[in-house]
Formats: sequence, structure tokens, C-alpha cells
Amino acid sequence: MTFWLLLTVNSVTFGGLLFLLSAGFSLIFGLMRIPNLTHGSMFMVGAYLGSTFLGGALGFTLDFWAAAIISALEVAVLGALMERLLLRRLAGQQLAQVLVTLGVSFMVADLCLMGWGGDPISVSTPAGLGGFVRVGLAVFPLYRMAVIGIAVVFAIALWLMLERTRLGAMIRAGVDDPQMARVVGIRVSRLFTIVFGLGAGLAGFAGMIGAPILSVYPGLDQDMLPLALVVVILGGTGSLLGSFLGSIVVGFIYNFGQALLPELAYFVLFLPMVLVLVLRPQGLFGGRLL
Amino acid sequence: MTGRRIAIVVAIIGLVIVPYVITEVYYVNIASQILLYAIFALGLNVLVGYAGLVSLGHAGLFGVASYAVAYLLAAGFGHAVAIPAAIGIGLLATAVFAALALRASGISFIMITLALGEIIWGLAYRWISVTHGDNGINVTTRPAPFGLPLSSARGFYDATLIIFLLAVASSAIFVRSPLGAALCGTRDQPRRMNALGFHVWMIRFMAFMFSGLLTSISGILFVYYNEFISPQALALTASAEGLLMVISGGAGTLLGPVVGAALVVIVKNVVSGLRFTVLSPMGFADLVKFVLNGLFQHWNFLLGAIFVAIVVFMPEGLVPGSVRLARAAWRTANRSKSARPAAAAPPAPVAEQKR
Repeated sequence: MTFWLLLTVNSVTFGGLLFLLSAGFSLIFGLMRIPNLTHGSMFMVGAYLGSTFLGGALGFTLDFWAAAIISALEVAVLGALMERLLLRRLAGQQLAQVLVTLGVSFMVADLCLMGWGGDPISVSTPAGLGGFVRVGLAVFPLYRMAVIGIAVVFAIALWLMLERTRLGAMIRAGVDDPQMARVVGIRVSRLFTIVFGLGAGLAGFAGMIGAPILSVYPGLDQDMLPLALVVVILGGTGSLLGSFLGSIVVGFIYNFGQALLPELAYFVLFLPMVLVLVLRPQGLFGGRLL
Repeated sequence: MTGRRIAIVVAIIGLVIVPYVITEVYYVNIASQILLYAIFALGLNVLVGYAGLVSLGHAGLFGVASYAVAYLLAAGFGHAVAIPAAIGIGLLATAVFAALALRASGISFIMITLALGEIIWGLAYRWISVTHGDNGINVTTRPAPFGLPLSSARGFYDATLIIFLLAVASSAIFVRSPLGAALCGTRDQPRRMNALGFHVWMIRFMAFMFSGLLTSISGILFVYYNEFISPQALALTASAEGLLMVISGGAGTLLGPVVGAALVVIVKNVVSGLRFTVLSPMGFADLVKFVLNGLFQHWNFLLGAIFVAIVVFMPEGLVPGSVRLARAAWRTANRSKSARPAAAAPPAPVAEQKR
């Protein structure tokens, strides 16, 4: 019983982390119609930068949350720059854009290896969240609970942003019909930059939040990117609710798969993605793909 | 046409004498690697270049054949059983890939192939009782067809060269066949081809199978070359490298993937060992050398940068791109020479190779 409970909590935690990662991925996919293959790299860069600030860089040391926010902002700037300088040049050529993101992900992976070396960096849990919560017989790490809380807060904030603000309305319009959005005077190309920056920032933030659980190592990008892909395929692109539900589902599949069928863990993970792509390309939870 | 034939004969002779010119085993092995990856790239090119379907899961197909041959050899079967069986298993996997992926095209096709490739990688990595996980499978012997052992670098090069030439020839025949023409039609105008009565799905399926055949063969060569297979060979990075070979050389041309394979293998193996000596008070040339040294050390970065540069600046690839540049240069040179009105007009450029 404790085993199942722990597994469930871990799954929800991981799902929360995946939501932070894939919400931006889903928005970018919905708006620009391309899978941003640098999204895993953004996650990793966020984690590396955050761990550096945590360890003390440029003579001052930041606490965990400040490090997470500052690294997220930096990654957001990187993402926006990439959109402006590279993807903008290839506007309308989706295939070329996908290939460019792939090339950039190679470059980022190697740059991180240059900058931070090949050894994994472990990040300690932020002060005050190192403890445990006791529920009956089960003991839960407090930090994992906090991650779930953060994910929920972000989900609500993002939902409010998309549903209640002018920017959100413009993004929704752009996702639904970019041409018509242009006609009514929305600068869709500027939305691209904003959404790309926002998505990258969220991924970077997720990287730092995930660092105490996953640690930071070369190859983290390649581990996370496929998960974000699965989430977005299951949930449908450009849909916040879809990526939230998709993240939880993938969190469960991933953790239960690892625990119960370790040999087939990746098979169980990617099979639903293939099935959904083949049988229900618009995603499980409405939305639509392409 | 005769000029072209001469060029082909010269190229073949050049490839045959490679191991006699560069006798160092290391470089002969590099040449073998280029050829075996060229077969892989030719296979991927059938889909990417001629069918217009970009696959990011081909390393998975490559891996199925590799693992099949390694597993069968480790289980005690002979080469004569293991190789055909591995090709058969590779084709079976290709058929499954094709049946699933061909329900879509465009970005969805990329996503499905990517997911399928990740499934195969995940099995190789985690299905430890069969694949030995990260430890991989060792293959201790290379076959000796017709009593010619492939254990030496030169013997292996010769065998790879023969298979490579067969692969190029079969690709050329495939592309020039009615099926190849129909395939290009489905790439450019799938709806019109459908309306004209072509079975678009079946044409694409056949192309996928041909691509899978070449990919499986290169996978088997890869196992024999390394005498080892591990999940790393079928990760997403490997699929991306294959795509880089095709696109950098020039998708939809026969020579392009070969050039691309050479580029990638050379960058990975040779350039990564190069070092310039840098003098300590740095002049501009030394600064350039210093930067290049850094790049050479990090070939992954270099590959990514080449990839981005080619997609942005020369999207048609190196081979058609340089042909275009050379033609443009030749034309301007010709024009300035023939300022007199009597001069013959520059010959109309030969119809573009691509489409």
C-alpha cells in the first residue's frame, strides 16, 4: 500500500514537472506549428545556470528561488533571441525550422558540456523543504509536495493569462487561425517571439525546479525532450488543459512503467504516443495537431 | 553524357585504389565508415529527398538490423543465417514503421517516426535480457565470403565498397524507374497524383521499404565494422546525424548523401583530432586558429553549427548548392567574355537535377 502511494505521489510530482516543461512546448507547437526540439536543451540550460547561481557565481550566492527565477529569465531571453535571429529567417518553412532547432540542440548540448563538464551536478533541495510529511505509514519528501504546488500555481496563472488578459486572447487567436489574427491587426510574428520566450523560460524554470530531483547532467535534454513530445501529442497542441492532463498521464505511465515493467519502460511510454498519432491525431483531449 | 560516364569510372577507380594510396589502417577504416554511413544516408535520402517524408527514426531501423545480426551471432548462428535473417527482420520492422507512419505526412510524420525510433532505442536500452542494455552485444567474428576474410581493414573496405556501389546503382535505378518518378510526383503534388490514379500510399510504402533495405544493410555493416552494438547507435542523435548527412549533402540527389556522409564522418573522426599551434601573442590568424581548435575539440557543436548554417544559407545542400554557385560564376564569367553580340548565348543550364 505504501509502495503504491509513494509511486502515485512520485507520478504526480513528475507530472507537475512535466507540465512546467511542456506547457510552453505546447503553446509554441500550437502557435508556430513546429515541435521546438531545443525545449529539452532549455530545460537543461535552466538547470545548469540555476545550479551555478546556487553555487555562487560572480562573487555572490543566490538562494534557490532567486536562482530559479533568474535562470528562467535568462533562458527566456535565449529562446526569444533564437526565435528572432534564426527561426524568423525561415518563416513559413516548418521543416527548415524543425531542423534548425535540432541543430541548435546539438550546439547547446556541447556548449553545456564545455561549460560545466561531464560530471553530474547535484542540487540540494531549497532551505526549509528538505523535510518529510508523514501520512499514515507513508513518508513523503516535502519538496515533492512543493513541486506539485508550484505546478498547480503555474497552471492557474497560465490559465488566467490565456483566458483573462489581452495577450492571452491574442495568443488564442493566433493558435486558432494565424491568418485571420493577422487580418484583424494582431502582430502574430511578435506573438511568436513572446510565446517562444515564455515557453523557453518555463522550461528553464522547470529545469531548476527539477534539479533537486533529477540532478543536472549531460544528456538531460535528450531525456526530457521526448517526454515533452509525448505529453503534447497526448494532450493536443496549443491547449493548456491538454498539456496538464497529458503531463499527469505521462507522469503516471513513466513512473509506473519504470517500477513495474523496467525492461519495457520506454516501450510503454512511447507506444501511447504512436497510437494517438496514428489513431487520433488531434490529441486525446480535444485540441488539434496541425 | 559521356563526360558523366568518364566521371563515374574515375570515381569508382578512385574508390578502389583508396586503400592502396592511404595505407594507414586508421584512414582505411575511416573510409569504410564513410561508405557504410553513405549507404545509410542513401536509404534515408529515398524518403527525405524523393518522397519528401522526413524521418527522425531511421537510427531505430538501423538498430533493428544491427541488433538482430548481433543477437543471432551471439546465439551461435552462422553468418549465412544471421545476415539474411537480420535483413528480413529489418524489413519487417520497416513495414511496421511504414504502416504506422504513412498515415501522416509533414510534421506528423516526423513525430511518428521519432516516437518509433525512441521505442526501439528504449527497447535496446532497457530490454536487458535480450540486448544487454548499455553493455551492448559483442560480435567476435567477421564473415569470409568466398574465402575472402573481412577481418583486415582492407578486406572490410573492399566488401563495403562493393555493397556501396550496389547501393548507389540500385538507388539510381530506383530513382530513374517509373516508380521513382511517381514517388517524386507524390512528393510535389500528392493530390494530383491521387487524382491521376496513382496509389500514393503504396508508392510511398514501396519507397519506405527500399529505404529500410538500405538502412538494414548499413546496420549490419556497422555491427561487423565495430564488432559491437550498443543503444547509443540508435539514439535520436544518430537519426539526426543521418538526417544531417542527407540534408547537408543535398536531399534528392544521389551524390549529396555520399558527400554528406563523408562530411559528417570526417568532422567526427578526423577534424576532432586536429590541432593548430597558436603563438602566444595572438595575431588575427592565431585568434582564428584558437577558435578553430576549440571548435575541433567539440565536433558535436561543429555538426550542429554546420547543420544550422546549411539549413539557413544553403537549404538545397552542399552538392546542388555548389553546383548552383559554380554555374552562376561560370555564367557571369562567360557573359563578360562574350560582350560582342555575335558570341553564342551561354548554353541553357542543364535541367536541374532536383525535381
